[in-house]
Parts: sequence; C-alpha cells; structure tokens
Amino acid sequence: MLLFEASHLVKNYGANKVVDDLSFHIAKGECFGIIGPNGAGKTTTLKICLGQTHADSGSVTAFGLGVSSNLLAVKQRMGVVSQFDTLDPDFSCEENILAYGRYYGMSDRAIKERIPKLLDFAALTHKAKARPGELSGGMKRRLSLARALVNEPQLLVLDEPTTGLDPQARHLMWERLRELLSTGMSILLTTHFMDEAERLCTRLCMIDHGKKLIEGTPRSLIAEHLPPEITEDIEGVGVLKRRSNLEDLFFKYTGRQIRMDS
Amino acid sequence: MGALMFDSMLSSRWISIFRRNFLVWRKQMWGSLVSHIAEPLIALLAFGYGLGALVGNVQTPFGTVPYFVFIASGLICMSTMNSASFEALYSAYSRLDHQKTWHGILNAAVIIDDIVLGEIVWAAFKGLFAASIILLVMMALLLVGGHALTWHMIFVLPVLALVALTFSSMGMIFTALAKGYDFFAFYMTLFLTPMMFMAGGFFPREQLPKAAQIITEYMPLTAAVNLVRPLFLGSWPEHVLINLAVLIAIAVIAFVIALKLLRKRFAE
Repeated sequence: MLLFEASHLVKNYGANKVVDDLSFHIAKGECFGIIGPNGAGKTTTLKICLGQTHADSGSVTAFGLGVSSNLLAVKQRMGVVSQFDTLDPDFSCEENILAYGRYYGMSDRAIKERIPKLLDFAALTHKAKARPGELSGGMKRRLSLARALVNEPQLLVLDEPTTGLDPQARHLMWERLRELLSTGMSILLTTHFMDEAERLCTRLCMIDHGKKLIEGTPRSLIAEHLPPEITEDIEGVGVLKRRSNLEDLFFKYTGRQIRMDS
Repeated sequence: MGALMFDSMLSSRWISIFRRNFLVWRKQMWGSLVSHIAEPLIALLAFGYGLGALVGNVQTPFGTVPYFVFIASGLICMSTMNSASFEALYSAYSRLDHQKTWHGILNAAVIIDDIVLGEIVWAAFKGLFAASIILLVMMALLLVGGHALTWHMIFVLPVLALVALTFSSMGMIFTALAKGYDFFAFYMTLFLTPMMFMAGGFFPREQLPKAAQIITEYMPLTAAVNLVRPLFLGSWPEHVLINLAVLIAIAVIAFVIALKLLRKRFAE
C-alpha cells in the first residue's frame, strides 16, 4: 500500500531550479531516504511534502489525500523533526510535549498519559523537569523526536536527524528509529551521512541540483553501480582494499569537489 | 473583506497557540506584571499629582474634572496600547525569528493562520491584563483622593479589550515585515509615540491646531480615549458607533494584512 507519493515536483527560486522533476513514493513500513550534498534540494523537497511551501508544479499525496487541499488532515497523521531544534526554551521536557500535543488537538489527559512513555522512549525520564538549555545535543534531538511522536503519527519525517550529534548519540537515535520501523511506522528522512542511510533506509534516492540521480535499496545500488571492492592508495598509510559502500556511490554521482554555493 | 476573511482556513487550533504563550507567561507573570504597571503608575503620579497641581481642573464636554481623573483615563488607554503592541512586536518576533517557535509549531497540525490569530488574541490578552491591573490601582487611588467611582467604569475593560485587539493586529503587520528588532523603532516613533502624545491622553485634543486635530481624529488611540474618558467621568461617550467602528475596522483590516504577509513570509 502506498502511504506517500510525490510526483514530478518542480520548484524554482527565481532562475534557480531547486527541485527538478522529482518523483518518489513510500510504502507502509518503509524508511525512505533522500540523500544528497548540502544545497541539493533536500530541505525544499521536504517543505513541499509538508505543505509548507508550494511546488511550481507536481503533486504530493499522503494517506490517499492531496496534501495541498487536505493540509490539516495530512499533518494530523505526520510527525516532523526538523534539522534545527525548535524546542521551547521556557518549558521543561514534559511541558514541551504537552504544548506540542495540544497543537494536534489532543486533550491534556491523553497527552499526559503518553508523556511518561515518550520520555522513556527518548531516554529522558530523568530529565522530565529539565529545560532544553540543560540538555545535551543528543537529548534535545531525542526530545524533538518524542514531541513529534505525541500524536502517534503514521509517517515520521526527519530532516538530517543526527547532524551535529556525537557517535553515542547518533547510535542511540538510530536504535530508536529502527525500533519505530519495527512497529510498522514509516519514515521519510534526509541525510548527507551515507552510513546513516545505509543503516536505516529500506530504499533511498540520491539527488543533486534538485534532480534524482539514482534510486533503489542501498545494497542493490552499490551492487549495480560499483565494483564489489575498492582499492584506495592513501599517502603515508598505504594501499587499502575494502568493500565498496554508499559513500563511494555518492562520490561517483555527486563528485568530490567542495560546493561553493551551499 | 468578507471574501478575504473567508478564504482563511481558521480552525479552533489557534487556542493551542494562546495556551502555549499563557503557559510561558504564567512562569514569569510577576516579573512582567511589575514592568507593565510600574510605568503607567509612575506617569500617573508624576502628571496626575505633579502637573495636576499646576493645571488644576480641565474642561471637557462632560464637565470640569480634576486633571488627575482626566489623565488617568488617558494613561490606561496608552498602557493598553503599549502592552499589546510590545507583545505583538518584540515578543511575537522573538518566537517567529530567534526562538523558531513558530517553525516548530508549523510542523504539527497547525497552519500559519492559526498562529497569527492565536498570537494576536494573546497580545490583546496581555494588553487587557495590564489594563485590568492598572484599573484596579487607579480606582484605589481615585477613592483615596476623594474622587467618586461611577458604575459606567464597568464598560472600560470591554472597550479596552477591543483597543488591545486593534493594536495587536497592527503590531503583527510590522512583525510580519521585520527583518530584525531595530525595525520596530520605526513603528514606535512613527505610530505609537505620536498617538501617545496627540490622541488626547494628556490634554484635550481641542488645544491642538485645527490641522492637527483633523489628522489625529481617526487615530485608533483617539477612538480609545473618546470612549474610555467619559466612562471615568460618569458619562456616556459621544459618537459611540463611529469610535467603535474605527477600532473594529482597523483591527479587521490589520489582521487580514498581517495574515497575508505572514502566509507569504512562511511560504518562502
């Protein structure tokens, strides 16, 4: 069953084509990744998918409903974690979830019933009364995740969920996201970390300059486009032979040069 | 206008925005209480007692009244204007820009229309709250000073609720246009300060040159003073409908403009 479908999205900012005829779909229970370098159009694509900005052409359907004409009904079934923290600095962790549940029209009683479960899931039970200013980066991101789950969404949308986190915090985040996937939740995520995409995504598409380059499961893409092994000659270290990974594929399609425009 | 209002998809979700702000405010209520009330009361003491001793009585269409009573009715209008404006400008902008609160809210099942309405009603509530406390203190001071209280005063707060709504809607336009806090200095200097001094709060507008009288006639704060002052003096205001219409029209038009601007700002 198709949960989400974006077809032929186009978005221009002036003469700049940010999203260029991009199509993808997400089935129930899938984790679909949009990967690409900074400035590839990932965040704009998400904004279109969330109805926060209009595409110049193309359409987005979620849960069988057109997003632009059923915005509230669609948002009601989604949870979103944005790239930058938007937690309320004046609220404790509990109050952040309480206020957020109200934005979904939930009753205080229903929210308060869920708060202990969500804090436990985010490994923040001991921080229930703490404000975001007292939390580490990983804790803040997990609180954002907990907040986005308050309404038991069917589709979770994550914009670069582990950018800026230390390795421990990243692994905990991945573990939690896999836990959600195992309960049948669907995830749409963007990332520029190839190890993240390889670990989490059922399927992914690689985009650059707003265009889709390739799409498929991480394993099949690597098998299809790369030799099984890569030999790297690193100066001062020696010759290194290793399995090819998604990062090699990423470089193959998006190049190695630093982007001046991002 | 009806069509403009109608294409909005306003839902009751705006209440959750109001409640969010209320929850934050409850934590800092006493601090904000002091700051909102200290200024008008200092002004009331300085002008009411200090200047009042020199001025004596003031002639109004509703009779000759002590300057203290005259200026009290003007100051409560100004405080309502200032409190509602401050909240709709600086506080709302910090939630829009610096704290990214609105961005976070928009990721939930809320649209920008709900946020705009919720914030405007919230800023109006702040204005009305400040007005209520100031009214209580003023009534106490009036009693202590041997001035009579009239039952007309029960209409002061309903009028000021509308005044607060008018100014919070106007402020929201400038919040929608702002690129930084400095921008609000223009609004303060060009709109709020002239109204503070020229709307008849401190002296009868009839003292102004004819041209200035005409210009200041339809300012929202003038309408507020026109409505509130007689209530302090135990009379009914003149031209009630026109003054209410000025306030309501500005509130509605400003709300629609602010909504359009903020929709545009957040769609980019």
